[in-house]
Amino acid sequence: MTTSPIPIADIHRPSGKVRSAWLQPLGLIGAGMLLIIVVAAVLAPWLVPHDPNAQSFGRFLPPNAENWFGTDQLGRDIFSRVVHGARVSMPYALQLVVMAAVIGTIAGAIAGYFGGWVDSVIMRAADLVMSFPDIILAMAVVAALGPNLFNAVLAVVIVSWPIYARVVRSMILTLRDEPYVQSSRLLGASSGRTLWRDIRPNVAGPVAVLAALEYGHAVLILSGLSFLGLGAQPPTAEWGSMVSEGAKYFDKWWMSVFPGLAILVVVLAANFLGDTLRDAFDPKSAKAFR
Amino acid sequence: MEQQIKRAWYALPSLLRFVLRRLAVGVLLCVGVTLISFTLTQVVPGDPVAASLGEHAAADPDTVAAFRQRFGLDKPLPEQYAIYLGNLLQGNLGESLQTRRPVADDLAKYMSATIELSIVAMTIAMLGGLALGIVAAVNRDRWPDQVIRVVSLAGVSVPTFWLSLVCLYVFFFQLGWSPGVGRLPPGVSSPVTITGLYTIDALLTGNWKLLWQALSHLALPAMVLAIYTIGAITRFTRAAMLDALQQDFVRSARAKGMPERTVVLRHVLRPALAAIITVSGMAFGRMLGGAVLVESVFSWPGLGEYAYRSALALDLRAIMGVSLVIAAIYILVNLVVDILYAVVDPRIRLS
Amino acid sequence: MTGAPLVSIENLTISLPARDGSRLFPVRDVSLSIAPGEILGLAGESGSGKTITALSLLGLLPPGGRMSGHIHFDGKDLLTLPPREISAIRGRDIAMVFQDPMTALHPMLSIEKQMTEHLRHHRGVDAAAARARAIELLDLVRIPNAAQALKRFPHQFSGGMRQRIAIAIALCCGPRLLIADEPTTALDVTVQAGILRLLQQLRSELGLSVLLITHDMGVMSALTDRVAVMYAGRVVEEGGRQAVLQTPRHPYTHGLLQALPHERGDDMLLTPLQGSPPAIGALPPGCPFNPRCAWAEGRCREAEPVLRAVEAQRSIACVVDPLVKVPA
Repeated sequence: MTTSPIPIADIHRPSGKVRSAWLQPLGLIGAGMLLIIVVAAVLAPWLVPHDPNAQSFGRFLPPNAENWFGTDQLGRDIFSRVVHGARVSMPYALQLVVMAAVIGTIAGAIAGYFGGWVDSVIMRAADLVMSFPDIILAMAVVAALGPNLFNAVLAVVIVSWPIYARVVRSMILTLRDEPYVQSSRLLGASSGRTLWRDIRPNVAGPVAVLAALEYGHAVLILSGLSFLGLGAQPPTAEWGSMVSEGAKYFDKWWMSVFPGLAILVVVLAANFLGDTLRDAFDPKSAKAFR
Repeated sequence: MEQQIKRAWYALPSLLRFVLRRLAVGVLLCVGVTLISFTLTQVVPGDPVAASLGEHAAADPDTVAAFRQRFGLDKPLPEQYAIYLGNLLQGNLGESLQTRRPVADDLAKYMSATIELSIVAMTIAMLGGLALGIVAAVNRDRWPDQVIRVVSLAGVSVPTFWLSLVCLYVFFFQLGWSPGVGRLPPGVSSPVTITGLYTIDALLTGNWKLLWQALSHLALPAMVLAIYTIGAITRFTRAAMLDALQQDFVRSARAKGMPERTVVLRHVLRPALAAIITVSGMAFGRMLGGAVLVESVFSWPGLGEYAYRSALALDLRAIMGVSLVIAAIYILVNLVVDILYAVVDPRIRLS
Repeated sequence: MTGAPLVSIENLTISLPARDGSRLFPVRDVSLSIAPGEILGLAGESGSGKTITALSLLGLLPPGGRMSGHIHFDGKDLLTLPPREISAIRGRDIAMVFQDPMTALHPMLSIEKQMTEHLRHHRGVDAAAARARAIELLDLVRIPNAAQALKRFPHQFSGGMRQRIAIAIALCCGPRLLIADEPTTALDVTVQAGILRLLQQLRSELGLSVLLITHDMGVMSALTDRVAVMYAGRVVEEGGRQAVLQTPRHPYTHGLLQALPHERGDDMLLTPLQGSPPAIGALPPGCPFNPRCAWAEGRCREAEPVLRAVEAQRSIACVVDPLVKVPA
């Protein structure tokens, strides 16, 4: 079989095929939904009809022409609160994912690249953290530090970094033996330079895909903690805590349904997008991307 | 002597050796967990004494000292840890600051509720997830696949606490199909405690009415809890099956003239199952997390509830006990997963 | 070799769906035949269509694949048979051994399972009888401790033994035609000879016909009775082994043989074939080999040559006669 020689300039180039991902309908829908939601969130103060904290209406009004999603126990317009909720849950979840990804990637890279006892220590720590179901450990950490949204984010970061660490570590282990990495070391590159220039481009893609897939989960777990009272505190309009308030007035169904629906929509969109990205990057998936 | 031990070790069947090795690791992990939870409880900024006694009593130094002495809080940390471990081995998990009962007793009671719920939910999730995943993989890109993919994606996107409320509202409040919250109807007493699982105990004592009541109370929370996991397992099964379908040995099986159904269920499913089993362990972990949310909505008196209340009350002994139990369950489940993996994939146990 | 052929492929054309909706033709108007007890070698580079021709005998085309022409086997035309009858023939009357036994054998099923499952499916044999047959075959292919071997798994054997096991699996139901697709390519050179010897033995002891697919001309010369050479989906030369390998009459065959390291005087020469085979969707006009051909003339670009007989039992698909003309 004939093989063409790899031009030197191409050696570092990872095999991402991002262009075709956007053609997948589901990915497009997901991206579109997220875009709409993000724009709505950013423009919320000008978009929403009413002040989310103003108790200007009658209490417990079901959905009507004035209050599309009805009002809550303090007479606040739920639609405005739901739209404003996006300004809470989504950025915090993003922050969470980015922090966990960065910490996990660094940990995994160090563990995979240097091996030895450093590897053992980091991986044992990861195993230990992963031996707890995530919400429960997060609950414990939040309870210890005090229930507010920032601590909730911190807790979930502590719980989620191992996933990234494991993935990055196993990638590093395979990449470490690749010819172009070895030749780079032979040419005198230091560890840091090798890690940054040769390995990072190949690792960045899968980590980004993993982060996209984890974003939905981050939103779910943050709102779950808020639901339990361990995250956002009233009167902050956060979706999870809104659902939990609504649970106390069970027959006023609109109080819980709409915030929860918002969570569902955001997570669904994030998962559509994350799935499509993953398919685009996966060399094994025999889809019509090639 | 060392030689003899070595020879005896290698004389054991490979599967047994594998199990013992994993058990040892599991025990070590559990010890690590106790260390973690002990450390966690020490970094708590709040003072558990004040939390328990209330402001008034906490102002009196004598009461505080007596309290601390009673609960051994005045001894140095390593000693506290050593005492704790010692008690642990005897089955004594200390006393709960909240309920004043032995933590071990509390845990036993709440644990069986969670176990019952989890087992039923996990069974539904595995059976459903496997079936859907296989159907999706075999019909790749055709309509059954598309539908299953969207449905399973929706499954992992739904907030569990919200779904619990919605289902409770629809099926109990509006339709009256489900009997409502709790493990049993109000006023009905639990069956004789043999396993702690109401369904099994009712079955064993021949109490059919009670069995029915327990089952109908179990149905809704178990299904809600299963939704996320079904979605996860379906997606993973599909991916693992698609992977396996591309392998050369599938072509070999077809070249031998084996019927497609046998090829899928015997040749393709087996390697896929190995990967799926691994994921199931993690999925179970996430499900235990979801149990916290479901239990709170359905007033299910389980570990999740207990953990939540203990966390809020800074009940140290209880927190440590719960962490230990939950981690032990999780570690045990992963051990089972590893063993099942070795059963399915002979290459693992022979190495 | 007289008498009716065991398998006769006539004008077989296979088409596959391309990404853009059009169709590609990896096999175009191929005709081959194999007599009972004969070993036919099928040569050619990757992409020549050899493997897919073989798979078509078993009806194992990729999804969307279509065939036209005739494949006569056992008095029936395989292309007209319903799927149920085709799968009855698969593994029972025609069996296949693949290139890499490590991936072709199932890693998680015992040797016994892999050997007996199709035997029990095709012939309804019970477990004990199937086991006995499996042991018999493992002995035939010289696997030591056959009874022990049955309980083991493929990763516990060496490469050569795995291929022997694969051959034993293929023979379980007593097929009359064995297709061996590059059976030695994935093995060490020292082990290759053993496999080839085994195939020869099976032919003489069992009267087995073999379709041996390989790109290795050395293997071809060691084992085959007749040779067919494929290029770009067509047969370009066909004839007795001696004749084709010693006096190739198609420029491509000539090039393949020249590419083997050979001596001239004191030197060892390496003269690889220039260029690479065309992609099946992008064939050059006229004869597909002409861009790489040392004998090419103007008329070679006009039309694709048809396979024509040049001697008894010998055909080539070329309008220029390399025996007569000197290369440019």
